[in-house]
Amino acid sequence: MPPCGVYSRNYAEDMAIVRTPFQWGILIFLLLLLAFFPSFATYYWLTLMIFMCIFVINTLGLHILLGCAGQISLGHSAFMGVGAYTSAILTAKAGIPFLVALPLAGIVTGLVGLIFGFPSVRVKGFYLALVTLGAQFILVYVFEHLEITGGTNGMTCPFASIGPLVLDTPAKIYWLTMAVTGVMIFFTLNLSRTRVGRALIAVRDNDLAAEVLGVDVVYYKLLAFFIGCFFTGIAGSLWAHYLTSVHPDQFPLYNSILYLGAIIVGGIGTLFGAITGAIVMRGFDEAIRIATPALADLFPTLGANIAPAIGPMVYGLVIMVFLIFEPRGLHHAWERLKSSIRLWPFAY
Amino acid sequence: MSTFFHLLANGLAVGGIYAVVALGFTLIFKATKVFNFAVGEFLCIGAFIIYSCTVQFRLPLPVGILIGILGGGFLGFLCERLCVRPMIGQPILSIIIMTLALSFFLNGAAILVWGSMPASYPAYLPKGSFEVAGASVGKDIMFCFVGTLVIGAAIGFYFERAKGSIPMRAAAEDHQVAQAAGVRVKKISTLVWIVAGVVCAVGGLFLGTIRGVDMYLPEFGLKVVPAVLVGGLESIPGAIAGGLIIGVLEKLGSGYINPLVGGGIETAIAYIIMIIFLIFRPYGLFGLKKIERI
Repeated sequence: MPPCGVYSRNYAEDMAIVRTPFQWGILIFLLLLLAFFPSFATYYWLTLMIFMCIFVINTLGLHILLGCAGQISLGHSAFMGVGAYTSAILTAKAGIPFLVALPLAGIVTGLVGLIFGFPSVRVKGFYLALVTLGAQFILVYVFEHLEITGGTNGMTCPFASIGPLVLDTPAKIYWLTMAVTGVMIFFTLNLSRTRVGRALIAVRDNDLAAEVLGVDVVYYKLLAFFIGCFFTGIAGSLWAHYLTSVHPDQFPLYNSILYLGAIIVGGIGTLFGAITGAIVMRGFDEAIRIATPALADLFPTLGANIAPAIGPMVYGLVIMVFLIFEPRGLHHAWERLKSSIRLWPFAY
Repeated sequence: MSTFFHLLANGLAVGGIYAVVALGFTLIFKATKVFNFAVGEFLCIGAFIIYSCTVQFRLPLPVGILIGILGGGFLGFLCERLCVRPMIGQPILSIIIMTLALSFFLNGAAILVWGSMPASYPAYLPKGSFEVAGASVGKDIMFCFVGTLVIGAAIGFYFERAKGSIPMRAAAEDHQVAQAAGVRVKKISTLVWIVAGVVCAVGGLFLGTIRGVDMYLPEFGLKVVPAVLVGGLESIPGAIAGGLIIGVLEKLGSGYINPLVGGGIETAIAYIIMIIFLIFRPYGLFGLKKIERI
């Protein structure tokens, strides 16, 4: 709800995403900040931002699949692996330029997602969670046993390149990832305002009612799988060409659950939630990395066990606490905060 | 042929363990409609408690097993109270993610306490092997198989036939009707989680006996989920049959398919079978055929 005094005089104004001069100011300021970020950021912050962007693209895909269309996926980490391997094979073995390999990675991942999404035509809820859980294990098995993927040794691939320009420093990769993330956010934002987005939401809320209203449920479920996995494939491609090596161990079940957790923490079904959730989860990751040595000093008896244990414990606890106390996530908390500030000092 | 019988015996032993743990999963699902994805961690923690008691604290084995089983039950109780009960009435996706987060947390806690080093129980089962149809079958494997089957059959019989489990079956049928008839549904929910914790600890004991205790146990435990699905979600005989089927097919697959594809098929085969079942027979072998329009 826009605050009092903001009103629309025509349809275009009503549909506008950025509505007030203040919002325009913030948007331009933030875009400038992000654009010039590499000129003052250190190596650490640049890599952090790159990983955050990849994480955000991933959660955007899951947002379309889970938040908009209501189809769960426990295999998103492995789907990301499909994108990463596709892109790596296309550039390293077939010599296809990166700019072609990037969308191809997305499309191939989307098609693989369709294969595993196909049972969603017949089953839903828990059963679908199981199919995608199976996808996670089967795909990782395939990565480990195909000759073209290099088996358990993984494979290497070149840096991303646009024409003669090779993106081999964090600053250059930052530009690329940020640009792609921007495009993806724009696409997601507009998807939910179109016919397709409304159809997906109808399928999520009540698929029987949607079918009665003339929404082709099978088509839109599969479409949601395709788009969700397409995003993840793009993220995987960026990941592969940033690290220049792809390995089956980079795509465990652990990450799949982490992406789901990011959606929960941010708030299911909102774009704001998908983005903040990803940033918060990634932030937790950094906090854990910083806190681990201090904790190891504090509890010397646990010593070496702390490093592998603290990540799952913190993430598990965060997701559980959010599910119990704030099931609608940070987005809802933020909206409540905004309205309470707007209405202060009177509650109504 | 002797290879076949060898694989079959090993598969039945592992399948028996899957069957017992699958029972815990099915009981929870029947009574509360909650899917416990943390089942692998229950198994792992139960196995490690027994390991701690017998090896680290040098308690006699029966005492260690008893403490492990009680610990497993207590774990089930805690999880039900702290994680599942606040989620009553939430959408199914939230509950799935809740048990996944729970499995994360328990996994981390297990690593924190026991570390990631593999360990094993002191040998308490007779060594040596039987000769069955030209194949040698370890006595310990035989013992585990019989043990799991006895426990599985006992629990299955209790919940399907015994008089004391009537309220439980009523709660599984319909929460509101059961509540109206004077069944305390919440108490039953707690009870099935405790039972699940106990059977998971037993499964952990047997699995730990066969292949040692380490942090790969949760991944083994998660294979119970395909087993439950193959058997049919609501069915107790189905859980036992599904566990045995998955165990046997997994071992046969590792014996006959691995040489063709270069190893490692046992991590994926259970899920491949599950997906085939989901496409052609989503209600499993013994499950209720629900008509669900999509």
